[in-house]
Amino acid sequence: MKKMMCFLAFFLPGVALAAGGNVHLDKAPIDLTDKASLQRGAQLFMNYCLGCHSMKYQRYQRSFQDLGIPDELGQEYLQFTGEKVSDYITRAMPEEAAAGWFGAAPPDLTLVARVRGEDWIYTYLRSFYVDESRPFGVNNTVFPEVGMPHVLQPLQGTPTRTYEEQMVDGEMVKRYVGIKSDGTGAMSPDEYDQAVADIVNFLEYTGEPSKLESHKIGKWVLIFIAVLFVFVYLLKKEYWREVH
Amino acid sequence: MNAFLGWIEERIPMMRVANMHALQYPAPKNMNFWYVFGFLATIVLVNQIVTGIWLTMNFVPSSEGAFASVEYIMREIDYGWIIRYMHSTGASAFFIVVYLHMFRGMIYGSYQKPRELLWVFGMFIYLALMAEAFMGYVLPWGQMSYWGAQVIVSLFGAIPVVGPDLVIWLQGDYVISGATLNRFFALHVIALPLVIVILVFLHIIALHEVGSNNPDGIAIKHKKGSLPESEKTKYEIHEYYTSKYDIADDVLPFFPHIVLKDLVAFCIFLALFTYVLFFAPEMGGKFLEHPNFEIANPLKTPEHIFPVWYFTPFYAVLKAVPDKLFGVLAMFGAIAALFALPWLDRGRVKSWRYRCGLHKVNLIVFAIVFIFLGYLGGTPQENWKIIASQIATVMYFGFFVALFLYSKNENTKPVPERISK
Amino acid sequence: MSNVSVDATESAHNENQPENNTRRRFLTVATSVVGGVGVVGAAVPFIASWNPSAKAKAAGADVEVDISGIEPGQLVRVMWRSKPVWIVRRTPEILEELGTHEDKLKDPNSEAEQQPTFAQNRFRSMKEEYLILVGICTHLGCSPQHLKDGAFEEVVEGVPDGFFCPCHGSKFDMAGRVFQNVPAPLNLVVPPYQFVDDNNIIIGSEAEAV
Repeated sequence: MKKMMCFLAFFLPGVALAAGGNVHLDKAPIDLTDKASLQRGAQLFMNYCLGCHSMKYQRYQRSFQDLGIPDELGQEYLQFTGEKVSDYITRAMPEEAAAGWFGAAPPDLTLVARVRGEDWIYTYLRSFYVDESRPFGVNNTVFPEVGMPHVLQPLQGTPTRTYEEQMVDGEMVKRYVGIKSDGTGAMSPDEYDQAVADIVNFLEYTGEPSKLESHKIGKWVLIFIAVLFVFVYLLKKEYWREVH
Repeated sequence: MNAFLGWIEERIPMMRVANMHALQYPAPKNMNFWYVFGFLATIVLVNQIVTGIWLTMNFVPSSEGAFASVEYIMREIDYGWIIRYMHSTGASAFFIVVYLHMFRGMIYGSYQKPRELLWVFGMFIYLALMAEAFMGYVLPWGQMSYWGAQVIVSLFGAIPVVGPDLVIWLQGDYVISGATLNRFFALHVIALPLVIVILVFLHIIALHEVGSNNPDGIAIKHKKGSLPESEKTKYEIHEYYTSKYDIADDVLPFFPHIVLKDLVAFCIFLALFTYVLFFAPEMGGKFLEHPNFEIANPLKTPEHIFPVWYFTPFYAVLKAVPDKLFGVLAMFGAIAALFALPWLDRGRVKSWRYRCGLHKVNLIVFAIVFIFLGYLGGTPQENWKIIASQIATVMYFGFFVALFLYSKNENTKPVPERISK
Repeated sequence: MSNVSVDATESAHNENQPENNTRRRFLTVATSVVGGVGVVGAAVPFIASWNPSAKAKAAGADVEVDISGIEPGQLVRVMWRSKPVWIVRRTPEILEELGTHEDKLKDPNSEAEQQPTFAQNRFRSMKEEYLILVGICTHLGCSPQHLKDGAFEEVVEGVPDGFFCPCHGSKFDMAGRVFQNVPAPLNLVVPPYQFVDDNNIIIGSEAEAV
């Protein structure tokens, strides 16, 4: 039995990363066809995420085109480090410095929506709470022991875990009910949720920029195959008529 | 024009070969939908080769460049994403049609005498395909590519004495590295495709030598002179077949009848294929696994690692055995048993239609066990699954043992002489 | 996506089909046509993928160059669409000399369309002083050398400055015009360009007509 456990340990390295499969994830209210949301998401990303995270497989210009942003406007409002519009979206922070500050270099976010799923990101960004024992003073219910500060705090306000006292079997019991902001942020809770959804929408887009086009082309291809099927089927029937 | 074609034909017999192996090949007319998967597998093979060639035009086979070059194909190349998804979806489609093709062979006894070598060539194709798919999955250099390669290559470490050195030799480094990626690339894009194409060629030659089986398992070729003229086929069949045998009135020419039937199936297949390609290329993380969108990181193992779905039945067998060496042996044994099928089955009746009830049950249970093993091998480990996979593994091998035992003196139904009667 | 061509096997089809009727023929043709459309459609991504990638196209965008630092007589090379583009600030002597050897040129009046219309003049430029050329020989694509201050005399007598292609010996004057009896057939290409102001030019596009 011991041998077997070793064996399993070898093949199934259960290094608990973060994802935590048991955490309830909220459904991200996103819509790839909502250009306004994507544009807001891009702006939030460039302002709050790009400082540490890169998006190095995606170019500014491609994003601007797909999001319906003219190059000049994009350059003015979404590019802060003087790159060309045709450049990849890279972070300003050098790799070593990043690794030094955070223990590990913050991961590239181009494909994060395909790795984690949009619901995970949506929930994660809304699950920071104050925890003085952590280096950055915050922890996360979705990603325990997270090594990232709560960069959206100026928008959300200071989030704390809240409990509710409930009478259970004649005893008062504290029950965890969620995370609540102290209201010092620039946004109301609803506005904050929308802002996070916008970021997630943008990340969903950058994960697979061809998605909308794919659906459009795919529809026509399927219609074409249906037509082809009718002809092939009739021709087959015609030839097999005499076969008994 | 005819003179020109004649001139060519005298020097290289293209029309003769086309007539012999395609147009005027006699196929049993009772071949049902189970018989379309060989054609579909050929289509998918062509798809993989063509899209593969196109992908190599922009893929960078190095540990620094591979991941980024795949995203380059997905984002910067016009319609590069279609070509990439055609290839990734094609890989899974290949295994779907091949598994169905193999199961067809099992239920209708297509591996039995005289088709033993046909089956063995098929098994070699399957083996080459698994190697091809495994190496292909390493190329995008994502997390699953890296750790999948790590696990599979480590299997060779189970071999006594030489194992550890063999692993290092295979990797070309002390870990999976750029050197491994480069050699897998070379094998994936030229060596194995070449082997597969040659094997497919042999598979078809062997098929046409012995003739296609059919759902009744009835021969369509009869001894020369044994059939009255009225019972011979009225279709134009190539003299290669008619000169050696009397071909019964049970056949249709491959063209146009069988081709048209295959094309109907092709349209249906294509609809499913393009639906996945355009609307669900990840297929819920089964065709393209989520962690593989993260670049390979030798310092961080993903939470759960599984091979892609088509390997998971064998992976479950591997995990079921609580010993590294015996686990590996069991896994290879599971494949070897399939190779030996023509000799493990001692029955003389081919199709399950005319075989004993136990045989039908045995086949259906085998299919269910295979799918169940696939489920066990492709989902996170839980305690109950260890026992379950051990039972399923025993049942997997039990299929072959039972077949060997009952097939010797089996109660069979009488097989008709002719398909049309 | 292979659709077996139906026509190629017409002969076998006739032999194997005792019955032949118009419905069958119609369906055969119709299926072939639809299948053919499918093959063409399936070929589109493969053909389109050979176009320059989005990134290459972005890299091929216009290039802005500051020309204020160029000394008289100096040649500056910049990259535009991965090709060398020369910017030469010509001295009055060079400009004057351009009119004296036109009898030795193949196309002294730039009649072949190797330049934007604004450059169809003796100087092949918008402003006489600045010559802007794609530095690639019109013969087989080598990049010619700039021979100046009399060095070009060794190649063409009486002409002190010019461009000489080391690959096959083609010769061009200081307006990129090709000399006679050399392999290059045409004058060097003048790319589209425009002056943003006195000190800056954009290579790659012409100013829109005002």
